[in-house]
Amino acid sequence: MAQPFTLAHIGYMLDGLLWTVILSALAFALGGVAAFGVMLLRISRFRAVRLGAFVVVQIIQGIPLLVILFAVYFGLGIFGIQVPPLAAAGIAMMIYSAAFLAEIWRGCVEAVPRTQFEAAECLALTRWEALTKVILPQALRLATPPTVGFMVQVVKSTSLASVVGFVELTRAAQIINNSTFQPFLVFGIAGALYFAVCWPLSAWSRVLERKLHVGRH
Amino acid sequence: MSAVIELKDVHKSFGLVEVLKGVSLSVARGEAIAVIGRSGSGKSTALRCVNRLETIQSGEITVCGHPVHDPRLDVRKLRLDVGIVFQSYNLFPHLTVEENIMLAPVTVKKLRKAQARDLTAEALARVGLAEKAQAYPEQLSGGQQQRVAIARSLAMQPQVMLFDEVTSALDPELTGEVLRVMEDLAKGGMTMLVVTHEMGFARRVADRIVYMHQGRVWEVGDGTMLANPQTPELRAFMSHDL
Repeated sequence: MAQPFTLAHIGYMLDGLLWTVILSALAFALGGVAAFGVMLLRISRFRAVRLGAFVVVQIIQGIPLLVILFAVYFGLGIFGIQVPPLAAAGIAMMIYSAAFLAEIWRGCVEAVPRTQFEAAECLALTRWEALTKVILPQALRLATPPTVGFMVQVVKSTSLASVVGFVELTRAAQIINNSTFQPFLVFGIAGALYFAVCWPLSAWSRVLERKLHVGRH
Repeated sequence: MSAVIELKDVHKSFGLVEVLKGVSLSVARGEAIAVIGRSGSGKSTALRCVNRLETIQSGEITVCGHPVHDPRLDVRKLRLDVGIVFQSYNLFPHLTVEENIMLAPVTVKKLRKAQARDLTAEALARVGLAEKAQAYPEQLSGGQQQRVAIARSLAMQPQVMLFDEVTSALDPELTGEVLRVMEDLAKGGMTMLVVTHEMGFARRVADRIVYMHQGRVWEVGDGTMLANPQTPELRAFMSHDL
């Protein structure tokens, strides 16, 4: 017997939305830190380090997020490590975001003219000083629009966490649909909620992109 | 007189192309040397080798006592003694003029901000841009940007200054203002190695002129050398200078 769709269901979905946002923020924060480290390896002076980081990034980029998620959730279980769904989803999304953000940021660092690095090193700055005081501030301006754009991908990808039983927005909608049998209504609302989060991000990304082309500071 | 910059039989290749084919040159303290020659004669490469922006295949380079040819050289120590100014200014676009100049003294020499600011004001005054301290590079003309680049180098109080075609991107009027700053520096006793296409500057300011051709030092002389070339190559080169 199908239940009617009520306001309580909306509340349940908003709760799911909150977890979607939390998981996105977690993935982005952890992934961002990891990505910065990977990016540094990707621009290392040492060829072997660059190559190693490149291979790892390529492998991760070539694996579906869902597979990474299963590997973390079920894989760690084999070693007797029971990870709660939020942790498993957080770790998997961190790995995924790190691989993509690292490449986005590497591109931005390399887009800063090589001569800037040369000028800094000719003033006796160390490589690290040149990177932090001259290159990164300029790369940051370039990196902001694509980074915000990638956040949209992260938000949408969190829906995959529903398969390991993590009740975020998609899983919440699925549960409600199982009892109400109103898929168009339920998933329509879920879609609208995703859109409500993602569209402002894309719009912000476009604004940032426009700003970048006007003036340099 | 002891040499501040000494090149001995320097060879440098990019891949299979040998750009420097045994360059020897000795520069004394306080000397201003103009290096002239056609594009591709190796003059810019020679200059870049002096502060290890390029590594050489064989020969010896000694600058302010630093063995530049030595792979174990601490490049940063060398760069504390050697300033360089590039054709494309290479100012840091995200920093104001003052921040551009203060960056290295504060970061590398660990000067206090106040001290660095005084140093900056002094360097800016020397290049005649005291009032531009708070401007961003993009708000300045090419000539002004290049003078800021010179001030940025000066603020590190180097013993030697290298100039790599610093006026090649400027119109004659802006070229003039940059050359005047360089002339003042030369008169102030700075040791300078100037790669340039400005024959007037070379003639008037340089203590010696080095004419490079096909990766070799072809002719060396004082200002009169240009009016009185000894080699057919320099004669041909000068015949284009009207």
